[in-house]
Amino acid sequence: MNELTGKPIDRVDGRLKVTGGATYAAEFPVKNVAYGVTVTSTITKGRIKNIDTGAAGKMPGVLGIMTSENCMQLHFPAGSDPGAGKYAEKDLLPLQNDRVFYGGQHIAVVVAETFEQAEHAAAMVKVEYAEQTPVVGFEKNALTAYKPASGLGGAETQVKRGDADAAMQTAAVKTDATYTTPVFSHNAMEPHASLAVWEGDQLTVYDATQSVMGVKALLSAMLGVPAEKVRVIAHYIGGGFGSKGFTWANPFLAAMAARQFNRPVKIALARQQVYSTAGRRTQTSQKIALGADRSGKLLAVKHATISETSFVDEFVETAGVATPMLYSSPNVDVSHELVRLNRGTPCPMRAPGESVGTYSLEVAMDELAEKLNIDPLQLRLINHADTEEQKKKQFSEKSLKECYERGAKAIGWSNCPAKPGLTKEGRYLVGYGMATATYPANRSASSAKATLFADGHAEILCGTQDIGTGTYTIATQIAADAFGLPVDKVTVKLGDSMYPKGAQSGGSQVTASVGPPIRAAALGAVDKLITIAIADPGSPLHNQKREDIITGNGRIFLKDDANKGEPLVAVLSRKGLDKIEADAKTNVSTRPSLPAPAPAGSPEAKTEEESKTNMAVQEDENTDRSAYAFHSFGAQFVKVLVDPDLGTIKVDKIVGVMDIGKVMNLKTAVNQIKGGMIFGLGMALMENLQYDPNNGRIVTRDLVQYLVPVHADIPEIEVQFIDRPDLYISPLGARGIGEIGVTGMAAAIANAVYNATGKRIRDLPITPDKLIV
Amino acid sequence: MDNSQEDQEAQKTGTTRRQFLGQVGLASAGLQLVPLLSKAGSMLPDNEAAPAEPVTVSLMVNGSRKTLTLDTRVTLLDALREKLQMTGSKKGCDHGQCGACTVLADGRRINSCLHLAVMCEGTEVTTIEGLAKGEELHPMQAAFLKHDGFQCGYCTPGQICSAVGLVREGHAHTDEEIREQMSGNICRCGAYNNILDAIKEVQTA
Repeated sequence: MNELTGKPIDRVDGRLKVTGGATYAAEFPVKNVAYGVTVTSTITKGRIKNIDTGAAGKMPGVLGIMTSENCMQLHFPAGSDPGAGKYAEKDLLPLQNDRVFYGGQHIAVVVAETFEQAEHAAAMVKVEYAEQTPVVGFEKNALTAYKPASGLGGAETQVKRGDADAAMQTAAVKTDATYTTPVFSHNAMEPHASLAVWEGDQLTVYDATQSVMGVKALLSAMLGVPAEKVRVIAHYIGGGFGSKGFTWANPFLAAMAARQFNRPVKIALARQQVYSTAGRRTQTSQKIALGADRSGKLLAVKHATISETSFVDEFVETAGVATPMLYSSPNVDVSHELVRLNRGTPCPMRAPGESVGTYSLEVAMDELAEKLNIDPLQLRLINHADTEEQKKKQFSEKSLKECYERGAKAIGWSNCPAKPGLTKEGRYLVGYGMATATYPANRSASSAKATLFADGHAEILCGTQDIGTGTYTIATQIAADAFGLPVDKVTVKLGDSMYPKGAQSGGSQVTASVGPPIRAAALGAVDKLITIAIADPGSPLHNQKREDIITGNGRIFLKDDANKGEPLVAVLSRKGLDKIEADAKTNVSTRPSLPAPAPAGSPEAKTEEESKTNMAVQEDENTDRSAYAFHSFGAQFVKVLVDPDLGTIKVDKIVGVMDIGKVMNLKTAVNQIKGGMIFGLGMALMENLQYDPNNGRIVTRDLVQYLVPVHADIPEIEVQFIDRPDLYISPLGARGIGEIGVTGMAAAIANAVYNATGKRIRDLPITPDKLIV
Repeated sequence: MDNSQEDQEAQKTGTTRRQFLGQVGLASAGLQLVPLLSKAGSMLPDNEAAPAEPVTVSLMVNGSRKTLTLDTRVTLLDALREKLQMTGSKKGCDHGQCGACTVLADGRRINSCLHLAVMCEGTEVTTIEGLAKGEELHPMQAAFLKHDGFQCGYCTPGQICSAVGLVREGHAHTDEEIREQMSGNICRCGAYNNILDAIKEVQTA
C-alpha cells in the first residue's frame, strides 16, 4: 500500500493535453449545433425600453433572437452552496426582465447557423434604454457601507475576542493604516462556455464549470426539469480559479436558446464578456491596527474591511477571515462591511478572503516589526499561534515554524538589508520580504464508485472535476494503491453529473473530499473479491482469514506468504463475473453542520447504505475530529530588484515552504503552489480591473489592458513541502493545496519592495508610477 | 460580445474593422472574388450589408489538404475548431493577446485568431494535432509532459506550438531570452518554470 501516492508521476491526462485531445466544453462534436452570441448592455443602470431585432433577425443564418420578451420563464433557485448549486446573481436571473444592473450585462442572445453570422447579427441588435444614474465609484460610496449578516455558507463576518480597543490603548507600539486592493479578474484561459443539447425532455449541457453537480442542480431547479433528466459534463476545464464555481448565465442561456430554437446551442463567451458577466474579485479597503508590547507580543489586532458587491447578490470577500487565528493575540476585532455598486457580482477567486486579507495583515506586521526594530521573521515567531485561539481548538497538524526556518535559509534571509532603500546589486535596489501563508483545510461529503473488470483494469467514477489541479492523476494514484494495481491499469472518470456526487472544485477541498471515498470504494471492491475467494474452494485462499490477505501487483495473497494467492482477475473468471464494483460515501465535513442524509430510495442513499459495511468509510467517519482546527500554513519569501530611476520591479527569486499535510504528487503539487504564487505576484504588481469613474463600465477588459503575469515576469521559484500527513483530516493525510500559494505572496513582494526602496505602497498593484513619485 | 464600439465605428466610416480586415485579407489572398469585393468595396453601411458569400478555400493542415466552403469572415482558428473539428488550437481571447491559438504557418508561429482562413490558402499549417508522429510524441510534447508544463491544459497547445517555433527560430539562448520570446503565450495556471525547463531540454537535446 501507499506505493504510488506521493510519487511525482506524470499527469495521467497529460498525453491528451499535449496532443490537443482533451475536450473542453465548447469542443464536443455535437451535430447540427447553432451558435449563440449574446448582446450585452451598454449602459450601467436602467431599463431596456426596446430591443429592435428587426434588422438582425433578417440577417442570413439567424435562427432567432432571444430576449426577455420571448424567452422562457425561470424558477428562482434556492441554494448558496456552490457544490449544491449557487446561481451567482440571485436577483438577476438571465433575461427575466428589462432591468440593467451593470455594464456588459447579457440582455439578448442571437442564435445563428455560424458563429460569424451570430456575431455580426448581435452587433445589429438596436437597444433603446431608459438610463438611470448608476452608483459608481467604490471610495466615494464608502459611507453607504452596511454590515452583512454573514458571508458565503453562513461564514461569520464580525468576529471579536477580548477588548481590542481597550488593549490598543495600553499598547506600547502601534500601527494603523489602510490598505487597498483593486478588482481582480480570474482570467482563466478558457472563457466560460456552454453547449446545450435537448433530446426530447432530456437536457445535456457541456459546461465549463467547477461543479457539474451544482450546475445540474441549478438547471433542474431553474428550468423546472426533473434532476434525472439533466446531465452536465465537464471532462476538461480550462482553469477556473473560482470564476466557474458559482454558476453564471451561460449554461442557462444555452439551454433556454436550445429549447426555444430547437437546436443544440453553443455559447462561448468572448473574453471581454467574461470580465463583466462571469465574476471577479471585489475591491477592498482594509483598515488594520496592530498593538504590541515592547517585546513584540501582539496585544490587539483590528481588521476592518469594506468591500463591494452588486445590486443583484451579496458576496462578502472575508478579508479578515484569517486574522483571528493567524497570530496569537488576546484581543481581536474583525469586521466586514459592504458597499453596493452597479457592477457585476463578485465571487470567490483563488483564496477568497485570505488572498487580499493576508496582503494587508502581513504588510501591517512588517510595519510593526520596523517600529519595534525587530526582524519581521522574528516578530512572526514571537506571535506564533500554537492553538486556534478563536475556535479554542488545537491544530490537527501545524509545522509553520519549520516553514519559516527552511524558507529563510533557502532565500538567504540573513542577506536582508536591515535598513531599507540603501542596498544595491549593480544599479538595482535590492530588497527582501516575507509573509505567512495560510488557508483552511476543507473537506465535504463525497462519494465514488470503483469497478474492477475481468480483464484486469479498474475504473473509478466520481462526480467531481479536474480544473487543472491534477485530480485525475491523484485519484488514479489513490485508486491504484487501494487496488494494488499499476497506474496504467486504472482509469479515473470525472466531470459527469451521472457519476456519484463528488465535491465541487473550490475551497481547496477536492483531494481531501474525494480521495477518501475513492480509496474506500476501491478497497470495498477488493474486499468483496477477497470474500468471494475465501468462500471459493477453487481459490488458493479458500478458508484463509480475511485479515491475513493483502493486495499488490494485481494479486491478492497472504501477507506472510506472497506465493499463496492469485491474480484479482482469477477470482472473477472462476466465478464467471465480468466485474465487481463498490460504492462508497464518506460523510465527513469540516463545515459546522453535517449534510443531510440522501433521500430514501435515491442512488446516494444506496451508496450510504453500502458504506455502512465499508471498513475504510467507517474508520474515517468514526475519527473524532471535534477537538481540531484544520489549517494549512506556509512561509513566503521574496527577493526583488527595483530600478531606482524607472521604478520597475523585477522579482528575482521566490521561495515558498508549505505545510499542507501529505503531498499526494510532488510534481503536480509544486506546480500548483507555484501557480498560486504567480497569482499573488500578479496581484502585487500588475493586475487591476478598472472601471470608468463616470459611467461605471469596465475599461481594462482585455489581456492587453488587464495585465497578468507572463513568462518574462517569472523568476525561478523554489517550493518546499514539510510533507507531514495530517491523519485527522483524512486517512490519506492530504489537506488542500490549490489556494494557499497565493496567500501571503502579495505581502511578501510589497515588503520586499519596501525593503528595497523605503517606500511603503499600501495600494495594490505596486506599479512603477507609485514608486517614482 | 459587446459590439457597440465596432458598431459606432461602422456608422462613422461605413465599415467595421472585421470587414476591413476581411477585405484586405481577400485582396491579399489574390482570390477571384470580384463580385464580393465590388460589393464590399462599395462600403455599404452595416445594416445594408449583403450576406458574405461563401468562398472555397483549400487549406493544407498537418500535411493533408482540406477544402472548405467558408464565410470569408472565418478566422483560421475558427476554421480549425468549428469547421474541421480540430479543437486542439484554443480560443482564449480571439484578439491575439493570449497565444492559446498559436499554430505554425510555414514553420513560423502565428496567432491563428488573427488570420482569416482565406488568407491561408497555400500556407502549410501545423497544429498541435500534427506534431506527434502517430503514437510517438514530438520531443516538445514529451518534454511538456515530463516537466509538467501545464495544469488545465488550455494554453498548452499554443505554448507547445510556440515553443517549437521558438526553437526553430534559434534566437533564444538564455533563460531570459526564452522567457521573453515565450511571453506571447499566457499560462494563467502559472506553469512557466516548467515550460522553461521543457523548452531547454528540447533545445539542448
